[in-house]
Amino acid sequence: MKLYEYTAHQLHTMLTEKKVSARELAESTLQRVRNLDENIKGYVTVTAEQALAQAKAVDEKIARGEEIAPLAGIPMAIKDNICTTGIKTTCSSKILANFVPPYDATVMQKLQAADGVLIGKTNLDEFAMGSSTENSAFFTTSNPWDLERVPGGSSGGSAAVVAADEAVWALGSDTGGSIRQPAAYCGVVGLKPTYGRVSRYGLIAYASSLDQIGPLTKDVTDCAFVLKAISGHDPKDSTSVNSAAPDYTKALVNDVKGLRIGVPREFFVAGMDEEVRAAVMAGIEALVRQGAVAEEVSLPHTDYAMPAYYVIAPAEASSNLARYDGVSYGYRGEGDDIVAMYKRTRTEGFGAEVKRRILLGTYALSSGYYDAYYLKALKVRTLVKQDYDRAFEKYDVLITPTAPSAAFKIGEKSADPIELYLQDVCTIPINLAGIPGISLPCGYTRSGLPIGMQIIGQAFSEETLLRVAYTFEQNTDFRRKPSLKGV
Amino acid sequence: MKYEIVIGLEVHAELKTNSKIFCGCSTHFGAEQNTNVCPVCLGLPGSLPVLNQRAVEFAIRAGLALNCEIAEFSKFDRKNYYYPDLPKDYQISQYDLPVCKNGYLDIEVNGETKRIGITRIHLEEDAGKLVHPQTITTSNYAYVDYNRTGVPLVEIVSEPDIRTPEEARAYLTKLRSILEYCDVSDCKMEEGSLRCDANISLRPAGADYFGTKAELKNMNSFKAVQKGLEYEAMRQEDVLADGGAIRQETRTWDEARGVTLSMRSKEQAHDYRYFPDPDLVPLLISREQVEEVRTSLPELPDARKDRLVEQDGLSSYDAEVITASRAVADYYDAVKKLVDDPKTIANWIMGDMMKQLNTRGLSITASPVTPVHLAEMIQLLNKGTISGKIAKNVFEEMFVSGKKPAEIVKEQGLVQISDESAIIAIVEQVIAANPQSVADFRAGKEKAIGFLVGQVMKQSKGRANPEMVNKLLKERL
Repeated sequence: MKLYEYTAHQLHTMLTEKKVSARELAESTLQRVRNLDENIKGYVTVTAEQALAQAKAVDEKIARGEEIAPLAGIPMAIKDNICTTGIKTTCSSKILANFVPPYDATVMQKLQAADGVLIGKTNLDEFAMGSSTENSAFFTTSNPWDLERVPGGSSGGSAAVVAADEAVWALGSDTGGSIRQPAAYCGVVGLKPTYGRVSRYGLIAYASSLDQIGPLTKDVTDCAFVLKAISGHDPKDSTSVNSAAPDYTKALVNDVKGLRIGVPREFFVAGMDEEVRAAVMAGIEALVRQGAVAEEVSLPHTDYAMPAYYVIAPAEASSNLARYDGVSYGYRGEGDDIVAMYKRTRTEGFGAEVKRRILLGTYALSSGYYDAYYLKALKVRTLVKQDYDRAFEKYDVLITPTAPSAAFKIGEKSADPIELYLQDVCTIPINLAGIPGISLPCGYTRSGLPIGMQIIGQAFSEETLLRVAYTFEQNTDFRRKPSLKGV
Repeated sequence: MKYEIVIGLEVHAELKTNSKIFCGCSTHFGAEQNTNVCPVCLGLPGSLPVLNQRAVEFAIRAGLALNCEIAEFSKFDRKNYYYPDLPKDYQISQYDLPVCKNGYLDIEVNGETKRIGITRIHLEEDAGKLVHPQTITTSNYAYVDYNRTGVPLVEIVSEPDIRTPEEARAYLTKLRSILEYCDVSDCKMEEGSLRCDANISLRPAGADYFGTKAELKNMNSFKAVQKGLEYEAMRQEDVLADGGAIRQETRTWDEARGVTLSMRSKEQAHDYRYFPDPDLVPLLISREQVEEVRTSLPELPDARKDRLVEQDGLSSYDAEVITASRAVADYYDAVKKLVDDPKTIANWIMGDMMKQLNTRGLSITASPVTPVHLAEMIQLLNKGTISGKIAKNVFEEMFVSGKKPAEIVKEQGLVQISDESAIIAIVEQVIAANPQSVADFRAGKEKAIGFLVGQVMKQSKGRANPEMVNKLLKERL
């Protein structure tokens, strides 16, 4: 096995036992990036120099006999909408193509303190708006299982580099499924934490009431380690929850006896890929064999979640993205007066999907339409949340597909935005409800593409999700390496 | 037709917290451009606001001083509009759930008390400042100074209860005085820490509906507010008298030309697309906190004025002038503690002190004449050591040199002559030298004695005790 193929928790042991150095690990991963990334195109920026310097510092710590953090010396990748001091943070947008933040996101501060080794910043749909990375202003990332297919999105770059062993793990962000859906498409583990569990400070906002940072990893154990490293209260984020994060690694227990699983009927509707349905059902069966109990449940407002999301998220985005006006940073289109400059900057700086959502959101918030759209959508959001509150009175977790199909071909759905939006139909309600969800591989299509299963829990039940996912992983055999078909 | 003017005022006051409303940057005025800034107040991507609880406390304080209800549940909203001094292109403000509402303040016009309602007080962040290399019209570009961005503001909105430009000015004066008293704002219009917009409309006298209003902006002093409103009321009356209709619009006061000019019509008005700021959590204000703030409130201008009238025996007018500014009232109290002579203290403060301060552009806290000095001087006066006339000179000297009054009196030999024999000598001299005046007086011209007194004072270089001079002159005439 090559060094870059290991998981973080395996590598941590190898580092502490001095079987490998952080430098060798970084070099091995950087070599992998050099060999592969022209095909995968997962990285927007590769930070080789920085990675080697960080690795050196870790090696020195080990040499001095100091204890190192679980993620110390482990090569990581960060979605390019998370601010990194002195390193371009572009949101895969022309408007921020040269933006170098003067500060670190809180998660980056935590990871720096934990001696993580940054390999680079990963591609995304512009401003995290999309499900395929096709909306990146720079390039589309390829799915390591089939280069002609999308990796999912918006954290497609992060999912792809983890699947392709171009990083041991990565951070993504999830507003309507942007961690879980690419995790499903790329056959890795992706967790969207409870809203407020991980600080959003330094995450460039798409829709503030929905955005949440989370891990993309090769297995459930790594997921727990990364979540532990990035969680916790942050006084710089008013929406971060003021309670200490538990030690998530303690939740890695192979036991689901008596676990009550709800299977929401509305998530297995007509039009869903039959292979996906079958794989998820088989996944639930596997947990039942381990002692869990499963039964059907109804979440009656599921159908209204997507329309509500496409009012709330664009409304927030229309305001969040107003600041890209060419005045004090980012791209500027010249104009004869201030209004002309604004227009030119935003016309030239934003891509089509971002403009579409800004228009949608501006409309929804306009005087005379607010009640009919934005306020109504907030009410729907409350109803959706109540569906879940009721379900969790009876069930410990809910299990659904992560996406209605496996990865689609590049260009296949780009002509029809609604068709593309439907890729998030299983993940969006979870963001509206503010609850956590984890996606992990539960099978493969006949053509060899990974299928993701989503486990959903009530707010702050990440430990339960990790225990269920861990049990599933321990008793099944769906962790596989991609075929790299087309490389 | 006779019209009635209807005015409502919107006042923005910067709160004097040490740090900004949503970040830790300093609010210090006059710092070098773009030095009091950080990712949060610069609106850099990914930065998030965190509410400064001190600003909330200040808003509650202002609300209580203005007799408002304090909300238990309040929230922040985004007001969306594009302007280069607004780095996020939205302002964090409060839309439908302000911190305070339903208050009032009392003003006095023509000797009568009138109550002006306060609709609401809400918290918001200030914007930055555009700095033009030349004038605003001749500059091809502008710089932006973000130091002021994020300084906490309260917006205080009055009910349309104001009926004359003079009342508007009285309202502002009173409002400034209250905000100053509760120590929440410096209220300096020249530094922009107090700003005022006005809504003004006309209606037939006695009507129970409102006419179409104009919003008036860019009035940079209380006087400008009054003058702008006077002009605008006249303009509207002319339009209506000619059978025209008032357009709903925003107008700007052109101070130099003394006119109001149209800025934008209702159709061009912004749609601010207010919505709750998802980066902030709702603001919950406990009743305990409100009570805590209430107990910490200082004595407010109205109560203080009453005290000066009832306990100190000052006239209502004097008490009003003394209590208009907390600093002046504090100065008065400090002097009064040392010498119990309210009327004399008030006269000195309102007269010579104000005159000296105004010519030098100083506030009373910076006066070289301390309360102790003034008290000593009044004591010298009351003991008869110096005359009232001399005292005026002594006061001026104290103001210039900062010396103690006794020292000045001693150095310049200004002690009043109360020695009868010394005064008699001068009186007799004056009588001998002015036979015509003496004759006039004796013939019944009462006024003639004034000249003779003046002559005695002149010969004594102002030091003769005026009462004794009068008495001794009369005895001898």
